[in-house]
Amino acid sequence: MNDLRDLYEELILEHNRNPRNYPKKPEGTNHSAHGFNPLCGDEFHVHLRVEDGVVQDVGFEGAGCAISTASASMMTQAVKGKTVEQAEELFSNVHALLTDESAHDTSDPTELVGKLSVLVGVKDYPMRVKCATLAWHTMHAALDDQRGTVTTE
Amino acid sequence: MSAAGAVSHRPPDALSPGLDLDGIRADFPILHQEIRGRPLIYLDNGATVQKPQVVIDTVSRFYREGNANVHRGVHTLSQRATEAFEGARAKVQRFINAAHSREVVFVRGTTEAINLVAQSYGRTHIRSGDEVLITELEHHANIVPWQLLCQQTGASLRVAPIDDQGDVIFEEYVKLLGERTRLVAVSHVSNALGTINPVRRMIEAAHEHGAPVLVDGAQAAPHMAIDVQALDSDFYAFSGHKVYGPTGIGVLYGKAALLEAMPPYQGGGEMIRRVTFEETQYAPVPFKFEAGTPNVAGVVGLGAAVDYVCGIGLEAIAAHEATLLHHATGALTELGGIRIIGTAREKASLLSFLVEGAHAHDIGTIMDHHGIAIRAGHHCAMPVMQHFGVPATARASFAMYNTLDEVNALVAGVRKVQELFAL
Repeated sequence: MNDLRDLYEELILEHNRNPRNYPKKPEGTNHSAHGFNPLCGDEFHVHLRVEDGVVQDVGFEGAGCAISTASASMMTQAVKGKTVEQAEELFSNVHALLTDESAHDTSDPTELVGKLSVLVGVKDYPMRVKCATLAWHTMHAALDDQRGTVTTE
Repeated sequence: MSAAGAVSHRPPDALSPGLDLDGIRADFPILHQEIRGRPLIYLDNGATVQKPQVVIDTVSRFYREGNANVHRGVHTLSQRATEAFEGARAKVQRFINAAHSREVVFVRGTTEAINLVAQSYGRTHIRSGDEVLITELEHHANIVPWQLLCQQTGASLRVAPIDDQGDVIFEEYVKLLGERTRLVAVSHVSNALGTINPVRRMIEAAHEHGAPVLVDGAQAAPHMAIDVQALDSDFYAFSGHKVYGPTGIGVLYGKAALLEAMPPYQGGGEMIRRVTFEETQYAPVPFKFEAGTPNVAGVVGLGAAVDYVCGIGLEAIAAHEATLLHHATGALTELGGIRIIGTAREKASLLSFLVEGAHAHDIGTIMDHHGIAIRAGHHCAMPVMQHFGVPATARASFAMYNTLDEVNALVAGVRKVQELFAL
């Protein structure tokens, strides 16, 4: 993967320019978590309103690099309307896709996570994987009602 | 064609007649490699500089031919190792123009040097109600040890502010000096902004209030000749790895009278004269502060590094780096959409900047894709970032072996960032 465009795909750049569900804390938010990577300074709050086991609304606040911002934006789009179980499964798949060598080789990422597979370009830049996964871990922590701050560093 | 662009057509070694740039580059084996299919352009010298072959060889030869513990064996190898170790101390003494070699204490690096002064000098001289004065542009290594000291003693930490260029506001600094000021700690050169502080004047002002001054020279020692006597600095700290030496070795200079009156920092072997279970008599300085087996290979390597730097000449190095900085600043400014963080009147060879619409880490990754190593982050100076209201900056920092062509590649990389992140 040699072209920088593979990492900074138009979709990522576009989400960075116009993040969805941002900055937003949905009314009736009942799950929130704080994600912070102190070394690089990326910091997000992820908020979800979950009713009857379904993510009815989701938003995020904070600031970070293009990779972390686009990933957060795409995450909110991806989990909105999903059941908590589906959202958790997506989290596991994205996490595996970005961190597990074998996941990329043995399965088609688009089958696994749809257009989120553009994030896979980050694997060529190991120092940046933490950026792409921050919002996902934060969402997971929010659904799980974990206290404290999430970090992927 | 811009004026900055025109400069690039000169051969690299024509820009600084005092410097044999091709010869210097040949001395650094690590520079001759490709990163992501492109020639490495190393512009992260503020983090650490690369090592010339002579330093690598000196460390290697020490382990192959001269390794032994120091100051304790009667055998020939130990005597040789001790001579090499103490020989390096004398080289460092000359490098910073200390009056005596015993004023040179070997430590792990700048951070340990500052902690040593905070804990040894600080805890015996600073009490509740006293003040330690630092500046707003300090990096964490010159903030946190003083915070710890203040927590331990009940003293308070005062901070001299900087202006929006990144200069310490001298009048404010002077106002903060008072009868409660027991110690001043200030960077010679800011690692995040490049500001060269007027340390000579700052020391003079502090001394009028009887306060000794520690100068953090981590970013200064590689770029300018240091004369601790001319500065009249009480303590001066720097790291070996930033002056072309090995990692894990650094120097604390202290005036002999101060060091002699200070209690040890750590206890152990090497730092003692006589030990019984009732009491211990300490060795004289500098050994009192060098408990345990020291980093002998690191010290010997540092000695070779100091020789190498002095052989090239710090004046020539400074002139060359100033040319690079000037060229980079001009070319980036010309691009437009660039915010330079740190525009002090006197700057050393580093450039912190932001590209409109792009986060510093994205800049760092795009540069890396082009084989260019720069720093992206808060530079361990979060308060500086807060002053300028940014989470992080991209930082290009130059060393003696960098060329104008490399600066032009940096500028081309920034242009690429602008294309990708065009709003």
